[in-house]
Amino acid sequence: MPNVLEQESMLVRMQADLQRSLAKPPAERKWVMVIDLRKCVGCSACTVGCVAENHLPPGVVYRPVIDQEIGTFPNVRRRFMPRPCMQCDVPPCVQVCPVGATWKRSDGIVEIDYEQCIGCRYCITACPYSARTFDTGRYYEDGTPVVSDYEKLPAYEYGKEWPRGNGQSPVGNARKCQFCVHRLDVGMLPMCVTTCIGQANYFGDANDPDSIVASLIASPGAIRLKEEMGTEPSVYYLV
Amino acid sequence: MKRDTFWWGLAIVAFLVGLVGLFQRITSGHQLANYGSYIPWGLWVASYIYFIGLSAGAFLLSTLVYVFRIERLEKIGKLALFTALVTLIAAMLSIWFDLGHPLRAWRMILRTNFGSMMGWMIWLYTAYFILLVVELWVAMRADLAAWSNRSGLARFLTFGKTDTSEEAVARDRSRLRVLGSIGVPLAVAFHGGVGALFGVVGARAYWHSGLTPIAFLVGALLSGGALLVFLTTIWGPDTGSEKHKDLVLFLGQIVLLLLAFDVLLEWAEYSIGLYSSIPAEAESMRLVLFGPYWWAFWVFHIGLGVVIPGLLLIFGRKSLPAVATAGALIAITFITVRLNIVVPGLAIEELKGLVSAFSGPGLTTAYFPSTMEWLFEVWVAGLAGLIFLVGYRVLPIVRKEGAEA
Repeated sequence: MPNVLEQESMLVRMQADLQRSLAKPPAERKWVMVIDLRKCVGCSACTVGCVAENHLPPGVVYRPVIDQEIGTFPNVRRRFMPRPCMQCDVPPCVQVCPVGATWKRSDGIVEIDYEQCIGCRYCITACPYSARTFDTGRYYEDGTPVVSDYEKLPAYEYGKEWPRGNGQSPVGNARKCQFCVHRLDVGMLPMCVTTCIGQANYFGDANDPDSIVASLIASPGAIRLKEEMGTEPSVYYLV
Repeated sequence: MKRDTFWWGLAIVAFLVGLVGLFQRITSGHQLANYGSYIPWGLWVASYIYFIGLSAGAFLLSTLVYVFRIERLEKIGKLALFTALVTLIAAMLSIWFDLGHPLRAWRMILRTNFGSMMGWMIWLYTAYFILLVVELWVAMRADLAAWSNRSGLARFLTFGKTDTSEEAVARDRSRLRVLGSIGVPLAVAFHGGVGALFGVVGARAYWHSGLTPIAFLVGALLSGGALLVFLTTIWGPDTGSEKHKDLVLFLGQIVLLLLAFDVLLEWAEYSIGLYSSIPAEAESMRLVLFGPYWWAFWVFHIGLGVVIPGLLLIFGRKSLPAVATAGALIAITFITVRLNIVVPGLAIEELKGLVSAFSGPGLTTAYFPSTMEWLFEVWVAGLAGLIFLVGYRVLPIVRKEGAEA
C-alpha cells in the first residue's frame, strides 16, 4: 500500500464539475459559490485576482475581504469574510433599474448591460450587500505624468470587450462581480476561485447533484447573508 | 424695477460662479464629486428632491385657487404655477447631471421598466411638465391678450386666442379647474412617488417606511408654501397694499399649520426609530442627530427651519417682515432636510467592516459635498432665479395693475 492519502485536488474536481455543466443548456445551470470561512486566511488574493482579471479602476471593487475583529485587546481574534455579488434569486437591484439594464440570467447570474445603464445608481442603493460600485473613470496613475497603457486595457466582462477611455461604458456605470462569466464561457473557473490560496472558495452548478457545491450548500454549516431580506443569495458561507 | 436689482445681481452672480461647477462636471465627469460607491447619491439627488418638492408644493397650493377657488389666494395662482415650473426645471437639471450617462436619459422613456419607481418618475414628470405649461398658459391667456398691444411676445403667446370677453374668461376658469383637478392626483403621484422611490428600498432601513411618501408630500407642501410666502412678499400683486399684506399673512398661517404637521411626522419617525433601536435604522438617525453634521439638523433645520420661523409665524403673524422671513428661512433650510434623508440612509455600512476592507475613492461612508457639487447647485439655483426674474418681467405672472380677471 502506498504511504499517501490519495486525494483529488479541489480545483481539478471543480474544473470537471464545470465542464459537465457547460455541456448542459444554460437554462439548466445554476451557478453558486460557496466560501468556507474556516479556511479563509484573509490574504485578499481573491480581491487582487479579481481586480487584475476585470481591470478594475480605483473606487471599483467586486470582492473585498471584510476583516472582522472579535473580542477586546489583548483577547482578540480575527475572522475574514469575502463579499462577492450574491447573484440573488430575488435581486433588489434588478427590480429598481429604471431602464431594465440589469437582469437575472437563466443560469443565475445577475448581468448588467453597460451600454443600456444610464448611471443613476439606484441599484447601488438597493443592494443590501453593497456589491455594486460606481465607475467614475479614474486611473490609479491620475495626477502622475503618464497613465500607463495597462490601465486602459479593456475589461472582458459578460464576454464583450469594454475599452477604457473617453467616458464610455463601463465608465459612468454601476459595476459588480459576475462570477467571471467571460471565464466560465471558455471553461475556466472564476478568478477568485483559482487564486484562493487556502482553497476556501468553491464554485459550481447547484443543479448538478454530483458537483461539490451541491453537497456543500446542503451542509448544516452553510449560511447565506441577510436571509431576512428575502433576496435568496447564490453565495453560501460555511461557518 | 429697482427692487429687483439685488435679486438680479444675486442670480447673475450665482449663475456665473456656478458655471465653474458645470464646467468641471462636463469636463471631468464625476471625478471631482465626493459621492461614489458606498454613498452613491449626494447633494445633487438631495437638491433634486428639494426642488421637486418645492415644485409639487407650489403647484398643490395653486390648486387652492384653481380647483378649490379660495378667493383670498386668487391673485397668486399664476405665481404659484410659474414657481412650480421654474423649480421643476431646477430639479430636472440637478438629477440629469447626476446621471453617469446623461445622454442616455431618453432611454428612461423608450425603455421604461415600470417595475421601478424611477421608471414611473420620468413619465409623471413629463405629464406634469406639459400640464404646468398648458395650465400656466390658460391662466395667463386673458392677460396676454390684454398685453398684446404693447408686447410682441405677449401677442405671439396668445396664439391668436385674444378673446377677453367675460365668457372667454369664464371658459378659461373652468378649463383651469379641470387642469388643476388632473394636477392634484398627478402631483400627489409624482411627489409621493419620489418618496416611494426611497421608501421601497428595503436595504436602507432609514428610508424603508410607509411614512416616507407621506413625509415627502407634507415636506413639499411646507417648503413650497414657505417659498410662496417669500416670493409673494417681494413679487406678489399690489405690494405695499393692505390686500397684499393680508394675502401674505394668510399664506403664513397655512405654512404654520404645515410646519406643525411636518414636525409631527418627523417626531413619529425619529421617536419610533430611536426607541426600538434596531441598528440599521437607529444608526442613521443617530448620525443625523449626533453625527459629524449634527449642526445641519439642529442649527439649520430645527433652529432656523422650525423654531425661529415657528415663533415668527406665531408671535409675528401680523407682521409682514416676520412672516416673510419665516417663509424664506423654511424654504432655504429645507435643503438640509432633504440632505438628511438622502445621505444618512446611505452612510451606514451594510456589512460591518466593509469600509476598511478595501480602499479607494468613493469607498467610504463619509460624505460632504465637494466644491464642484456645491458650485453646480449654485449654478442651478442661479439659473432658476434668472428664469424666474425674466419670466416675471416678460409674462403677466402677476398682473401689475387693476384686479385679476
